[in-house]
Amino acid sequence: MSIRLFEGFKFKQKATLLHRMDPRPKFLIALTIFMLSLIFANFVVLLVLFISQLPLVYVSKSMRRWFGSMKGGVVLAAMIFIMNFLTGSTLVFSATMTLRFIVLVSAFSMFFMTTSPDDLGLALEKARLPYTLSFTFTTAVRLVPTIALEAQTIVDAQRSRGLELDRGSLIQRVRKYVPILIPLIVSAIRRSTELAEALESRAFGAVKNRQPLATLQMKPLDWAAAAIALAVLAAGIYVQIYVPIPSFDNGIRMPTLWGVPPGS
Amino acid sequence: MNMIEVKDLHFAYEDKEVLRDIDLTISDGEFVAIMGENGAGKTTLVKHFNGLLKPARGEVLIDGISTRKSTVAHLSRNVGLVFQNPDHQLFSETVFEEVAFSMRNLGYPEETIRKRVKFILETLDLGAYAEASPFMLSGGERKRVALASVLVSDPKHIILDEPTIGQDYQQKDRLRNFIIQMNSQGRTVVIVTHDIEFVVDCKPRVILVSKGSILADNSYDSILSDRELVEKASLVSPQIAALMSSLTNLNFSPKILDLYHAKSALEQRFGEIVHKAV
Repeated sequence: MSIRLFEGFKFKQKATLLHRMDPRPKFLIALTIFMLSLIFANFVVLLVLFISQLPLVYVSKSMRRWFGSMKGGVVLAAMIFIMNFLTGSTLVFSATMTLRFIVLVSAFSMFFMTTSPDDLGLALEKARLPYTLSFTFTTAVRLVPTIALEAQTIVDAQRSRGLELDRGSLIQRVRKYVPILIPLIVSAIRRSTELAEALESRAFGAVKNRQPLATLQMKPLDWAAAAIALAVLAAGIYVQIYVPIPSFDNGIRMPTLWGVPPGS
Repeated sequence: MNMIEVKDLHFAYEDKEVLRDIDLTISDGEFVAIMGENGAGKTTLVKHFNGLLKPARGEVLIDGISTRKSTVAHLSRNVGLVFQNPDHQLFSETVFEEVAFSMRNLGYPEETIRKRVKFILETLDLGAYAEASPFMLSGGERKRVALASVLVSDPKHIILDEPTIGQDYQQKDRLRNFIIQMNSQGRTVVIVTHDIEFVVDCKPRVILVSKGSILADNSYDSILSDRELVEKASLVSPQIAALMSSLTNLNFSPKILDLYHAKSALEQRFGEIVHKAV
């Protein structure tokens, strides 16, 4: 079920190097992986990007939950592959696009699994983002697991009323998500209104200049991580511009109704 | 065989064990209240009754059929489960459509649907809202719409998770009458609740759940008059019981749980006192 995808984005306090790290270099690492996976549309490079994350996941002691988010993303990954392949992309290109998605899910799942929403909020404030905006962002992150849990309850409630999500044609199945999505959206709106009222009644925004109790402090290890991330990013850009990489694409593709697409 | 049978049920979410060693049989037409502290596993237990959750170990049989061998949709014909929060299920434009949803899923003809929906809306005091949007109703009304939307298909076994939350006293009373009426028509009723006064009014068999296992299973008066047991399950004795047992020097039975019983006991005792004095 796709709800498991969210499990891998939930923060859980653990005593590991990655959890102790400043959120800024950690974000830089995720961002580096993000940018590199967009710059390169090469299966081997993406595979290297993917494998290079495994030691980090291992160090963060979150292997199981990371694996859960990978499993949760399987349906979306399969859809990306099928859509690409059916619309005339080559087998290798379709696989590359799928891997790109997996790399992205993995990188951000690792970031959110090891970064507490509080740290994230502090980092955003350090980046001079107005408090209302950083608060909105961290609240959204914080609410993801709650909403995922709520979605599961809604699915259970509607199944108890005889709704069968996995039966019928594709269109019928899509329509069957209406009884899931409407309660989910309505309760999210209700929740946010209630949250807004609760915040206002506790004097949210009364003080313009907030003084945080805890502040973020970059340690030598954080600087090193940031430097490595930047170096890898720079190297990646250099390779993309100056070093030709074999594409390994053997050109296998689905025969389409309209023949081979033009320009291939 | 029409009943709910739970045999050696164990269940865990991820690695957290939520239910263990649950053995119980609810016979056809019984009225049962499942009570216990928050997080005791009450909702997890009843989610096994219509196959939403499958046992990790052991087995749950509904009318002799294992929930492992059946689908939720199939079981929902005989087992109606009403969730705690109505906002987790309301989605239609009108109350009528909302209530008709489960019957449509079960494939009833339109004429039957119309009749049944009209009947259940009248019974639950919602007749005036048939064409209203369920989202515009008050909390208590939404709760009743959710109730109607499950009861409309007339399931044999009815499971209500916290049915009294958000209902005023009058609505609670109507709900109680309605539940008792359904029960007297031979349907099994299982309620999950914290509302001890409601339980006293309904007089069901009580299953006390604590930390994932069954603490006690007996008639409502023997469980609710056992102070130690009640406290163990994080409940508070009914007010009348507390009052009567605090009148220690008058020596009342701990089994006095409702007003009528208390009244007759007090009358009797005062009669004795007056008699002695004269």
